[in-house]
Amino acid sequence: MPRRLDARGLSCPMPVVLTKKALEESPGENLEVLVDNPTARDNVFRLARNLGYNVEIINSGGEFTIKIAR
Amino acid sequence: MNLDQKKVVIFSGIAVGALAVMLTVLGNPPNQGICVACFIRDIAGGLGLHRAEAVQYIRPEVPGFILGSFIISLISGEFRARGGSAPLARFVIGFFVMVGALTFLGCPLRMVLRLAAGDLNAIPAFFGFSLGIYYGLFFIKKGYSLGRSYKIPQGNAYLMPAISVFLLLLVAFSPSFIFFSQKGPGSMKAPFIASLAAGLIVGMLAQRSRLCMQGGIRDIFLLRDFHLFSGFVSIFITALVLNIALGKFHPGFANQPIAHSMHLWNFLGMFLAGFGSALLGGCPLRQCILAGEGDADAAVAFLGMLVGAAFSHNFGLAASANGVGSNGKVAVVLGIALLTIIAAFNVSTDIFQKKGSELSNAQEA
Repeated sequence: MPRRLDARGLSCPMPVVLTKKALEESPGENLEVLVDNPTARDNVFRLARNLGYNVEIINSGGEFTIKIAR
Repeated sequence: MNLDQKKVVIFSGIAVGALAVMLTVLGNPPNQGICVACFIRDIAGGLGLHRAEAVQYIRPEVPGFILGSFIISLISGEFRARGGSAPLARFVIGFFVMVGALTFLGCPLRMVLRLAAGDLNAIPAFFGFSLGIYYGLFFIKKGYSLGRSYKIPQGNAYLMPAISVFLLLLVAFSPSFIFFSQKGPGSMKAPFIASLAAGLIVGMLAQRSRLCMQGGIRDIFLLRDFHLFSGFVSIFITALVLNIALGKFHPGFANQPIAHSMHLWNFLGMFLAGFGSALLGGCPLRQCILAGEGDADAAVAFLGMLVGAAFSHNFGLAASANGVGSNGKVAVVLGIALLTIIAAFNVSTDIFQKKGSELSNAQEA
């Protein structure tokens, strides 16, 4: 049961700030981040990777679900 | 993906640095091969929105940035109409980003190019810019956001590219109602085709790499991430090497081209520009790129910068080689105060405190 963060429509750096905040609140817990622009997708991906998480991106019609897991 | 992205950023930085120096060789003003703020200001002059005779020319580089981004995002599938995230606030912020940049006499990109040509007046500006971003991050960390943007009918995304084509047609056909500087920086220009080609290439590369002067410094403060900053550094190194090779490197404070040595105002001008860019989520170049991709909010910020440039010259706010006048000083201080108020008004504690709005369990969602 991953937590889900809806960052659609938010411009950078907000998706990254929210993701960072969510990961810090409960480290190690799985998180799904929903974004709708490629810049946010890349930035959230980089953040999670740099923090040592496994990251998977699912593209569905211009929206991206970024699955972040330990 | 990570490694490739890094290469794209560094390559883009090298290309931008090289093209900027090349444009000065071909005729653009010294240390101003590319300057988004100066060029938007020149465009405002070319359109007659201000009557400062030395800075009037519809620079093809800027429509080039927008169209380059438009073309490459169409190809990559990232071209998408969106808007509705506090457009008026973005207009006002864009306005003051321009006021700040014209106090220093350059956008963040020209700041790097000036440094790379030995103009040490850009050092206080760099500290001001960085501190302005840090100040912006203070609000961002507290929950500042201009709100979500939404998908809007796709036709809207073609407006900015269409306006860009119109600007290029104006330069190409030069009807009598547009203005061309006969002397001063506005009269110094690379050939139309070279300017346009360089603009298109920069636009494409900046779109692919997400190159952003503000983002480079912001990500260091926020995430200890040097990814975007590496673009910043490659612009600097490339331009530095080329300037030295071409005899264009003249270290010092005095007699720098299109610059002044009022350090406090170089600092505060770029503080304002950095603060505003952080609130917008991107430097002036990035706003052009986003506008080309179909981001109507970035387009509004662009228009704010255009109007800000016109006001800067109509009201005597913009600096000159002689320094910053009293009107300009008042405008910078007012700008910092006003953007502080805008930033504070847009801090929404909801985002962090009410988990229901943004953060939920997948089961509920």
